[in-house]
Amino acid sequence: MSEGIGARVLRKEDKRFITGKGRYTDDIIEPNQAYAAFVRSPHAHARIVSVDASAALAMEGVEIVLTGPELVADGIGNIICGWGVTSKDGSPMNMGAWSALATEKVRYVGDAVAIVVADSKAQAKLAAEVVVVTYEELPVVVGSVDALAPSAPKIHDNAPGNLIFDWEIGDLSPTDAALASAAHVTEMEITNNRLAPNPLEPRSAIATFNEAEDHYTLYTTSQNPHVARLVLSAFYNVAPEHKLRVIAPDVGGGFGAKIYIYPEEIACLWASMKSGRSVKWTSDRTEAFLTDAHGRDHVSTAKIGFDSDGKIVGLKVNTKANLGAYMSLFSSAVPTYLYATLLSGQYDIANIYCDVQAVYTNTVPVDAYRGAGRPEACYVIERIMETAAREMGMDPAELRAKNFVRSFPHQTPVIMAYDSGDFDANLKQAQEAADVAGFGARKAEAARRGKLRGMGYSNYIEACGIAPSAAVGSLGAGVGLWESAEVRVNPVGTIEILTGSHSHGQGHETTFAQIVAERFDLPTENIQIVHGDTDKVQFGMGTYGSRSGAVGMSAIVKAMDKVEAKVKKIAAHVLEAGEDDIVIEGGAVKVAGTDKQMLWHEVGLAAYTAHNIPEGMEPGLKESAFYDPTNFTFPAGCYICEVEVDPETGVTDVVQFVASDDFGTIINPMIVEGQVHGGIAQGIGQAMLENVVYDAAGQQLSASYMDYAMPRADDLPNYSVHHASTTCPGNPLGMKGCGEAGAIGSPPAVINAITDAIGNNNLSMPATPAAVWAALQDVSQKLAAE
Amino acid sequence: MYETNFHKAATAQEAAALLNASEDGKILAGGQTLIPTMKQRLADPTDVIDLSGAADLRGINISGDQVTIGAMVTHAEVAGHAALAALCPSISQLAANIGDPSVRHRGTIGGSLANNDPAADYPAAVLALNARIRTSLREIAADDYFEGMFTTALEDHEIITAISFTAPTQGGYGKFPNPASRYAMAGVFVAKSADGTVRVAVTGASEDGVHRHGGLEAALSADWSASAVDGVEISSDGLLSDLHGNAEYRANLIKVMTKRALG
Repeated sequence: MSEGIGARVLRKEDKRFITGKGRYTDDIIEPNQAYAAFVRSPHAHARIVSVDASAALAMEGVEIVLTGPELVADGIGNIICGWGVTSKDGSPMNMGAWSALATEKVRYVGDAVAIVVADSKAQAKLAAEVVVVTYEELPVVVGSVDALAPSAPKIHDNAPGNLIFDWEIGDLSPTDAALASAAHVTEMEITNNRLAPNPLEPRSAIATFNEAEDHYTLYTTSQNPHVARLVLSAFYNVAPEHKLRVIAPDVGGGFGAKIYIYPEEIACLWASMKSGRSVKWTSDRTEAFLTDAHGRDHVSTAKIGFDSDGKIVGLKVNTKANLGAYMSLFSSAVPTYLYATLLSGQYDIANIYCDVQAVYTNTVPVDAYRGAGRPEACYVIERIMETAAREMGMDPAELRAKNFVRSFPHQTPVIMAYDSGDFDANLKQAQEAADVAGFGARKAEAARRGKLRGMGYSNYIEACGIAPSAAVGSLGAGVGLWESAEVRVNPVGTIEILTGSHSHGQGHETTFAQIVAERFDLPTENIQIVHGDTDKVQFGMGTYGSRSGAVGMSAIVKAMDKVEAKVKKIAAHVLEAGEDDIVIEGGAVKVAGTDKQMLWHEVGLAAYTAHNIPEGMEPGLKESAFYDPTNFTFPAGCYICEVEVDPETGVTDVVQFVASDDFGTIINPMIVEGQVHGGIAQGIGQAMLENVVYDAAGQQLSASYMDYAMPRADDLPNYSVHHASTTCPGNPLGMKGCGEAGAIGSPPAVINAITDAIGNNNLSMPATPAAVWAALQDVSQKLAAE
Repeated sequence: MYETNFHKAATAQEAAALLNASEDGKILAGGQTLIPTMKQRLADPTDVIDLSGAADLRGINISGDQVTIGAMVTHAEVAGHAALAALCPSISQLAANIGDPSVRHRGTIGGSLANNDPAADYPAAVLALNARIRTSLREIAADDYFEGMFTTALEDHEIITAISFTAPTQGGYGKFPNPASRYAMAGVFVAKSADGTVRVAVTGASEDGVHRHGGLEAALSADWSASAVDGVEISSDGLLSDLHGNAEYRANLIKVMTKRALG
């Protein structure tokens, strides 16, 4: 089947996106809609003395102005973190209260204090500016290390020392002993820079309360509308689930930032009830920088020990994770179970210990951003492996290969049990594609042009799917992480697939149709994917953690198994044959080895007319399934980056980037390559360009594209993308996931290449021209001193 | 954006009159700074006077080695003007590297000079070329025009009408773009006139906006070569330090961009 698994089917959704016919939340217009604007704190930390909305309320077009105390009085609940993490000493994490509208204190610049609803957006914004909030400013802390200092201002009363939790994994004393006995120890301080997610479409919501029906509808930019409905109902008390419909229509990118339920969606729903109007809010870019959950922001020290043969004997890491002013939905899981569990990398390491202090600061909340914890882990292990190789005078690829895990399943000392992989194959494929053998000649040629050429590796492994439910439940997750699907075969034989996964750029309308086309040998044109609406799809856990393939598609497979069984039963009955002799191919359901057949749509019609189906069989052809995975999946690969540095300016040109990935089964290579390209672009962005910078007063210095450098086409190379795959044994399609790998694997490859070029390991992300130039000056000063 | 009164002027004089009559009016040239600033609610002019209909502010005239560029000439027009490129390739190349295509097709030389962003490109060219800024009231020499960040010699109701200069015999522009905004972190325009005078103007790097660099001018007057630049001490005093680079880095960039401006 030309449109089945492995085919480069063009994306079905692109026609509407490319021609401007997508339907995003802000495109939706409700009758009688009003617009919301938020009064936001200009201070990073302050006590709210008073709020005076009288001038705003007197303005033309202003419907209502609502504040935190009214929200609390109406019983709207605090925003929660849905993953409980327990400290070393057994105590639960210290979650401070987060009200959708601040009540007594504001804790970061942008913290919402009031919502203004008016007839027009302009009126709402104007009115928001004249709401007079009197603040009593408090001392501010923005960095995780500073926030842990005894003198730091206290951000939440129930988090002494601003410590949310002090968590550990692995065994401390064997790790210390192993490091003490090591022939060589490499120690590094490693910072993972803070990033703003920057989806193309900013967040948006339009909420409608229908008083006559006592029912709410929320259109919003969500990666997981069912989870949004669940928390809006169960925790925020906006409305019970059966009286709340959440629709996430076309969504223009998420990268994690649209997983969470933010104050604005809650406030819009509540304000709709209070005002009797539909209430719409769409973030502008500045608001996005100020309020979308940021990513990363780790400060770590890492120590790795080797025996005299170069075998790793132990790894010890301490990480301070900045979670911002409040705990966002999955914030606690990111620097713990999604991070430290991957510190073993692709290596067989007997002893690992990591402890993590999660910290409150006066900054935007930090949560999952493309990769979520795994990029931070990969960066630690792959930076320190490359550095250790340099210190020991070994080839960095050889040092890695010496320590590769080669037998599966492999239980690491940090929870994960790797199920499959062939790390040698990825390394070899990448090395050949990168022409590693020719690097010396290229370096010499670059030197003749006055350029410093360097090469860096990253042999990443990550964990996708975020499951199984029982396992994540035992680790503190508040939800199960399965997925659901429903396969509806219509009487005319066309098929609708209802999925709890959500597509916001991933191309599910194409790839999900491909697996159905493969199974029933039908054109993808006959298959429609339905998602993103809690009234259509019963439940789903949404899309993040590269889970839609391995988990979402597996649910579809399970439902298709049931459909196939029923189709065969009907056909066997009508064609008077044995079920085992029925085959589905070429748009027909046939008795193998005969010319007896029903066309596919005839089976559909037979199921719905029910004139001639097996006795006792229910009419119709619709099946659903819930799929709970048996393990995480483990995409892995080898990335090799080659750069040229201009020593006069520090400008780095990424001249070659080779990726060899193991994603297991690939449904649509074109879409997978696109995911890898985008992921690497984000990784290069993190490594060389992007950085959220706060000043000491908690003001974001980088809150616009004038100062926050997003990667552009001319910052990026032509990628050389390859696959050397092993089948994932944990799910029916053998898939591992590809959505985040590029962003996880690429930053260390880039920094390893630049540090190789300049001969100085002391370089932090982002490696801007100024930073690279400064590192080069350190090298020349050292040389001069010698 | 706050509400404002929009006017479209047919001539520079009409624009000046409208500006004079307004309470707190702003001239709209290409709008590449004013419009984003208004959209961010950082500017709240009572009146916006659009110059796009003022035909007398358009056109590039070349007569011998004399160049006159109308204030409303876009960066793309400057970049694409064949006769100008033949006579003074440095300014064509400068214009071709301002912003992105959208900016270059809206942004104008007059708007850029009136705004005098400390990281804009044109101020370096105008100062190094010893250009004359013609206005609705008078003509101002470049040396008298730039008065620091976003500050110029323009009176409140004075409108730039054209820029004129004598094409240099040799010239060039070396620009190091900010990785985010692509404004200049250091932009150096070097120009040598027929009488041998060398002028070097630096944009993007200084706390005081565009300025001439005496040390570089002296060195290049004596020897128009990259090696002459090597010997010049570039002080980091008064240079900008921000999240994209500190003063020492900018001092280095001034030297490197000067050499690159020499070609």
